[in-house]
This record gives sequence, structure tokens and C-alpha cells, in this order.
Amino acid sequence: MKYHIPESLAISDSGFLFFARTGETFTLNQIGKEIIRLMQEGLSLDSISTKLIETYDVDEITLQKDLHDFITQLQLHKLVEEQ
Amino acid sequence: MKIGVTGLNATDNPGPGVPVIRSLQEATHIKTELIGLIYDSLEPGIYMDNLAQKNYLIPYPSSGLENMFERIKYIHDKEHLDFIIPNLDSELFGFVKLKNRLNELGIKTFLPTFEQLMIRGKDKLFDFCTQHDIKVPKNILITSQNDLYSIPKHFTYPVVVKGIFYEAYIANNFEEVITGFNKLRVKWGFPIIIQEYIAGSEYNVVALGDGKGNTIGAVPMKKLYITDKGKGWAGVTINDSTLLELTHKIMQKTEWQSGLELEFMKSNETNEYYLLEINPRFPAWVHLATAAGQNLPEALIRLALSENIDPFTSYKIGTIFIRGSWDFITDMSVFEKITTMGEI
Amino acid sequence: MDLKKKYERPVITKNYSGLMNKMGSATLTPPKTEICSVPVKRLVEQYGSPLFVMSEAGIRQNQKNFLRIFKTRYPKVQFAWSYKTNYLSAVCSVFHSEGSWAEVVSEFEYDRARKLGIKGNQIIFNGPDKNRQSLKKAISENSKIHIDHFDELFDIIDITNELDISADVAIRVNMDTGVYPKWDRFGFNFENGEAWNAIKRIVAQKNLNLVGLHTHIGTYMMTADAYRIAAKKLASLFMDIKKEYDIQLEYIDLGGGFASHNTLIGQYLPAEELVPSIEQYADAITSGIYDVQMRPDEMPMLILETGRALVDNTGYLISSVIANKRLSDGRRAIIIDAGVNILFTGFWYKHKISVAQDSGYHTEEATIYGPLCMNIDCIRESIILPTLNRGDQLVIEYAGAYDVTQWMQFITLRPNIVMIMSDGSVELIRKAESLDYIMQQELIPEKFQKK
Repeated sequence: MKYHIPESLAISDSGFLFFARTGETFTLNQIGKEIIRLMQEGLSLDSISTKLIETYDVDEITLQKDLHDFITQLQLHKLVEEQ
Repeated sequence: MKIGVTGLNATDNPGPGVPVIRSLQEATHIKTELIGLIYDSLEPGIYMDNLAQKNYLIPYPSSGLENMFERIKYIHDKEHLDFIIPNLDSELFGFVKLKNRLNELGIKTFLPTFEQLMIRGKDKLFDFCTQHDIKVPKNILITSQNDLYSIPKHFTYPVVVKGIFYEAYIANNFEEVITGFNKLRVKWGFPIIIQEYIAGSEYNVVALGDGKGNTIGAVPMKKLYITDKGKGWAGVTINDSTLLELTHKIMQKTEWQSGLELEFMKSNETNEYYLLEINPRFPAWVHLATAAGQNLPEALIRLALSENIDPFTSYKIGTIFIRGSWDFITDMSVFEKITTMGEI
Repeated sequence: MDLKKKYERPVITKNYSGLMNKMGSATLTPPKTEICSVPVKRLVEQYGSPLFVMSEAGIRQNQKNFLRIFKTRYPKVQFAWSYKTNYLSAVCSVFHSEGSWAEVVSEFEYDRARKLGIKGNQIIFNGPDKNRQSLKKAISENSKIHIDHFDELFDIIDITNELDISADVAIRVNMDTGVYPKWDRFGFNFENGEAWNAIKRIVAQKNLNLVGLHTHIGTYMMTADAYRIAAKKLASLFMDIKKEYDIQLEYIDLGGGFASHNTLIGQYLPAEELVPSIEQYADAITSGIYDVQMRPDEMPMLILETGRALVDNTGYLISSVIANKRLSDGRRAIIIDAGVNILFTGFWYKHKISVAQDSGYHTEEATIYGPLCMNIDCIRESIILPTLNRGDQLVIEYAGAYDVTQWMQFITLRPNIVMIMSDGSVELIRKAESLDYIMQQELIPEKFQKK
């Protein structure tokens, strides 16, 4: 599965997200920011989770659960579109 | 000296931080550097040029004393604060309790005592005034919706429905009382105060007490324009010896230590002054007093440093303030920095 | 082997003005990984979760501190431990070893105190419900009976005449101290003369010794001044009795009701900022007594029945995360294994809740629910917490007063309670309930019994 991040969405190194289309701002933690960046690069959800498991000390089930929750949040805020 | 100031929320319900800072910048006896202590990334004071040299987010009073102390310690490590002037009602209890610990860090304050804060509490003011023969509107405390049914026993409409910290509504009938009661209950909790409504015009005094019963300075003001939220949007210093005498009496009876604002209603009927409120900090119009010749925030700091200062005896009558709105333009990056880093 | 980065759940938070205060990236409260130097994780491994933890050192420190504060202001002070606040035998034992008497409000509590070896004359028997049997026992064991109403007074007169023994009695007095609500449902009223009427009747009885006066003006009192008024009224009544009947009472009892640092729901500011200090309460009470003229040798003993303020901060409830959830509007919800059935005070307090392990910097607003399949089972509507994983622990503080007496056995069994002893060791002081323990009280009619 792949998610599209709108172009008017800018995220800074500090994890501050400005969605220029709506004027809303958000704050993300380090890993949240990384996930958005990987989505912006066009990676699929599967490759994102593979990458995260390589980098972080986390088991697959926990990550899947948390990723699912995170994407639900992004959808709720209308920050991603499913492709 | 380096002074931390809270209440930079110069919004349509303005906190006194910005005018306190402006007064301190105009100080003539002490050299000041100002640090803003803020609760929200959108407090306008953050975005004003040449105001505070640095701003730090601090935790809300409702999150507890330890959090507040830890945060101030962190700020102190970086800034070496000499003094803090808290400017909001809801944070005063916390600062009074932290006073000694702040002092140990080398941060001075000049605050009312816990007992003084209790006297001026909206629920206690009535007793204080009747005890000292100061006119005050009748009031009762409400702790449940059931208590509201006793209103007709004590009052005729309209009545004023007041929150324990902030906000008041004028209610012309029972339904309006319920509406105000519900708004205040959700926001500020109990008790809620029902007060006699006195028709008249409002007069305010800003003053500074030395904690021994002396008034170091006092400037009375008549509001010239009042917003729909009841905030003075323009005002003028006036000459009224009765108001000043009342102020001296209140300062003497309370032995008030720190700045305060007295709110009076001059009754249309009797022409007498009724004390509506003692606000235990400088008001948002305190810069008017500075401009009229009494720099009370500066005097407060000098008092705290145990400097001997002569009380102010005069001020320029007919000095006017007009509050305006002014849009500050900045880039998203400023907002980003304060939001993510908590300091700027 | 590659060292992988520490994992934290990905989080996104929308910035709302007015709620935008997390102080940047700093966490709010430091994690509470230990209780009295014992790791929370170890406690849970050994005794399970949820788990109540009491601190012996905390209780002793509180009791010593209170006694010091009152003794430096008044010569004769006696504390009586309020059983209903926490009547675990181990907890009562700590208070008794610090010199406290027992203050009980039922036959059940009375018997508990006697089982712990407390002599009758060091038990204050309060409350509106003292049955004849318990009165007989208490009178013959010389305990101090605080009479609540006339019906009880007549019972006592009757019993003492029947058994031809004498009883040490005091009356509970209620009064206007300027606080609302008035607690006029307990005892005899001061202002309308009812209290004086009761005194007259007692004095006229040859078998009744009036030994004291008692009042208890309310609970969680936020104003110290009410105690000054109460102490003054009680002391003046004390002197009136002396003048009128030449009787020197042994004591006046100001009851309890001091607030702890637990914040009430509906209170905006935290309790620690608003609640008077113990010194302020003590100043108010003693200055109230001193307001009434009496010679030093006439001064009665001052009894205090402080409960909550002595024990609330010495109790903790450890709980574990069962699940993380999202509500329909996206809000975060955490389900923990402790519900309102065991944290009964959760109905009126916003307890201090800390995470028990190092966690990420990022915080998020959440609702904490208990494990009961009931809508009322909400531990906290809204709290800012770092991200938590399943099995992580939370420490709920200020759970020492009323929780382990008012808790309910509901749906599930009540957990272990341990005490961390002054030397750092851990002792089990109440075993977790078992199915057999609960069911042994039940009887099944024969026709339902399986053959």
C-alpha cells in the first residue's frame, strides 16, 4: 500500500509540519517525521516498515500496530491520500 | 538586572506583561534586561520588536508547582534571572508557594502573602469590606445549581454572576443566571459568586504597597471606552481625593505587598464608591501610570531590593491611554521555533 | 552487531492555540521509576498489577511532623487514627506505634482496634450508628463514646443503669464556622442550644462522666480560618461547663478534615497551590483555643482525628497499560488494569499520575479508562502523557486515603497491597482476593446444586 503526501505539506528538521493548503500546523516526533519524509520520497508502506525495522529497536508486530495508528491519525487530519 | 515577566498575552483580554515590560524599559534607577515567560506560542508579546530579549514557554499553572519550578530552574540556568514578576491571577498562588525556593536560586519576587490573596479572593472580599467599613456590593457564594434558587431571597434582578478567577455576566432573570452559571462552572469551577448589581460608572486605581501598610504610588483612572468584554480600551488619569483616600485605607488594612488594581463602581444613586474587586497584580493599563509619572513596576523592584524610596505624591492628571490593534507580520519559522523548541 | 536506535511510537499532534503548551520538546513530569527506592518493575514482577503500595517511612514522617507542628503550639496534643481513612492492620499498627489512639465509627472498626491490642480507653467511638451491643462493649471497656444524637444518649443512660457501670462520654457538636455545606447532620447544634441541652442531661446522670467535647466541621477544608472559629466555640463551651458545673473536661477534639494535596475534579489550580499548610491549620486551631481565657493548668488536651492529610501521600497504586486505543474523534485512550472499583477516589480527585519508565519526549493528550466493562470506569478525562506501550506501568499517587476502605469487589478480584518498610524491605499486608475467598460467603440453594 502506498500513501500520497500532498505537495503543499512542508516538514522541517524540528518535526514542525506546516500544511500550506489549510494553514494548519502540527508537531511530530522524530520517527513520525521520518515516516512522512519516506512517504514524500514515494516509498510504499511495506518498504517504510522494512526500513524502520532496520534502523530501530522494534519488533514487527509493535511497529505494524503503531504505523497503522499513525496513518489513521494522518488520515483524520487529512494529511495523506491513499493511492 | 534580568527580569522574567509573565502575561505577554496582549490580546483583546490583555495580560499586563507587555506594559510592565515597557515600564521597566523606561526605568531610570535600574538597568533592566527583560525575559518573557509565556504560556502560548501565539502570545502577541513574543512578536513585538524590542520587547523581551528572549521568550520561554512555561507550563500552565494547572500542571502543578513542580513542573513550573523545574522549568524556571532550566530558564535560570541559561539566563541567570534576578527577578520574576508574575502578572496573572491564576499563577499567583503558585508563585507565592514557590517564593522561598526561587529566592534560594537567587531569584527575587515581591508578592502578596497567601493570606492577602485569600482576602481579595472574590469570595472573601465582602467580609473584608464590611469589617473595615468599605462599601461593597452584597454577594453570596454558589456551590451547586440548587443554591441558585435562593437568589430571590437576597437580591432583585439584575444580578452579576462571577467566576472565582475571571469573567462576569450580568443576568436580568433566572434563565440568564443559569446560562452564566453554566459557562463559569465549566471554565472556573466553584464557587461562583452572585453579586448585587450597582448601576453607576466604573473607576480604577493602580497602586503599589510596601507590605507595611504604606502606599508607594497610586494613580486613579476613568475608563473612556469599554469593549463588549468590559475591558477599558481608553482611559484618563483623574483627580479624585476620595478614591485615593480609599486606596490608602485598603493598602493600610491589607498591608498589601506588591502591585494591585482596585475596581470601584460609583453608584448613580448614592454617588458613593463601591469596591468591586482587588486584582492582586498590576493591570494591563499600568503603563499609563508610568507615563503620568509613577513608574510602579520599577518601584516594585526597588522595594524588593530594600531600597529606600519615597512614595510618589503626584501624577500628571489628564494623561490618556488609547489601546489600538496593530498587526505584526512574521514568517512561519518564528512560530515554528517557539512551538517546537519552547524558546526564542 | 549494529546498535539500533531506541524506538518510540510515531506521533503527530495538531497545534491548537491555547493548548500549544508542551514547553517544546520537554517532558512534563519525570518518570517515577521507584517508590521509596524500590523499583516499580520489581514490585510488579513480585506482586502483580495492579498493586497498592503503602510507605511505612512516609506514614511515620507525616505523623511525627504533624505532632511536632501541633506540640510546638499547644502543650497537650493527642492524635487518634481515623480508621475509616485506612484500616489496614499494618497501617493502623504504624500509627499506633507512633502513639496514636484509635478513632472508630462502627462496631466493625471498634473490634479491629481491639484486635490490634488497643485499650478501650484509647479508643474514641464516633458515628451515628452505635448499636446496643457495641455500646455495651465499649462502655464496659472504658472507651470514650462521642454521642451523636439524643436517641443514643438515652441508650447509654439505659445501659449504664442496667449494668450499673459508668461511661466516659463526650458530645459531638456541630456549628456554623462560615463554611458551606454546614455539617449539621452530625451531633448537637451549638448555636440553637441543643448542645447545651445535651450537656445538661449528661451532667444530671450519675453514671455518665462527661470527659470531652468533639466537633468535626467538614472534609477537605480549604480554609484554615474555619478551624479557628470551631476551636474557639468549643473552648468557650468547655469554659462554660467549668463555670456552670465546676467540671474540668479532659479534652476537646477538633476532628479532622484537613485537605491533602490531591486536586479535586472541577478545581482549576492544583491543590498544592491552594490548600493551607498544616502550620496554618495548627495556627488556626490553637489561636482559637487561646482566644478563650483559661489558666495553663485548666487547658484541656487537644485531640485530632486527622486521616486523609496523614496518609494520602503515603499510598500509591501501580497499574499497567492493557491497550492503546483511538476514540472516534481521534483522541487517544489508554486502558489500564486499575478501575474506579479500586481507585474509588478517582470519582472526585484528579490524582497525580506518572509513568513508571523512561519514555519518549513526545507527549499527547489522552483519556485513561479502567478495565471494567462499564462506561463510568474512567480514571481521568484528560491528561498529558508520553507515549506508552502495552505492559508499561503508571503510578497513581495520593492513593493512601479511603481507596482501600471504600473500594469495591466488582467484576474482578481486589489486588495485593504491600508496604515498603522503613528498612527498604517489602511486606505483603493484604493478599489479593481469590475466587474461593469471595464465594465462601455464598450459599447455593440445594435444588440448584449440581449432583
